[in-house]
Amino acid sequence: MSQLLAADGESFEAPGVADFWQPLVGDGAFAITRPMVVMALSVVLIGGLLLLVARRLSTVPGKAQFIVEGGYGFVRNGIARDVIGSHDFRRFVPLLFTLFVLILVNNLFGVVPFVQYPTFSRIGFAAALTAVVLVTFHVVGIRRKGVGAYFRGLVPGGLPGWIVPFMFFLELVTVFITRPLTLGMRLFANMFAGHLLLLVFILGGEYLLLHGEGLTRLASIPAFGLGIVMTFFEILVQFLQAYVFVLLSAFYIAGALADEH
Amino acid sequence: MEGNLNVLGYGVAAIGPAIAVGLIFAAYINGVARQPESRGLLQPIAILGFALAEALALFGLVLAFIL
Repeated sequence: MSQLLAADGESFEAPGVADFWQPLVGDGAFAITRPMVVMALSVVLIGGLLLLVARRLSTVPGKAQFIVEGGYGFVRNGIARDVIGSHDFRRFVPLLFTLFVLILVNNLFGVVPFVQYPTFSRIGFAAALTAVVLVTFHVVGIRRKGVGAYFRGLVPGGLPGWIVPFMFFLELVTVFITRPLTLGMRLFANMFAGHLLLLVFILGGEYLLLHGEGLTRLASIPAFGLGIVMTFFEILVQFLQAYVFVLLSAFYIAGALADEH
Repeated sequence: MEGNLNVLGYGVAAIGPAIAVGLIFAAYINGVARQPESRGLLQPIAILGFALAEALALFGLVLAFIL
């Protein structure tokens, strides 16, 4: 912990992991926490918006319809069709679009005033989404090829016989451990690190301004300035993470469906 | 001066992913400069590679906090 001495003798407490634990009702394992409320809010918001837009569809789209159709078209054509292929991408579009919008809105809540909490900076939320993707791509792979062929398909053909068990083991580790771990951790760690970065600049600037002495107060200006710059950078990262999560999910589904390894 | 050695270790660990991200985007820019029409094909690949390399740095960050 870095310590800055101030005029009134209080020292600066650097923000840390503890700042992310914010129970609203109750305490302990069954507390209703702030990210839970934010997640519920996002679901109501997304559901309401999409229902509203879908109810008054018109041939000449209005502003809201244009934005929603743009987002839908981006996931459908830009991710699902390009990655999974035009033969059987259709049934995965609802899943991928849901993932994309849910992650995007929850990430953006990290910088929306008064909400200001990226839900996926708690690993439980990221883990739940990852579990959905993990089950999905294994189940579609097994249903397409059957259990034996699915696991045989993990190892590329044409390898010398003695290397096959090693490859099989490595691929099992990749498919069941590395993939879900990296998928969930990437989203969680990005949101966590980004939010922590903003906390450092904003809280540090506030501390310098309110508890600083003389010219030290001026140092709060670059701190707040960087806080603002980092907020815009965060918005970019939030879009990127939603995109990357859905892109990788589509890659995994495409890999499970592919005939050859 | 007080501090935590984890943070220092994380600084060192972040060098690798930093170089990796630089290399990925250098290759992407090179590719687009040589063949501008390949941009649509290269962009998802570049972002995917970037995300994979960046994930390593972020795992380091998580470990720096929990260890």
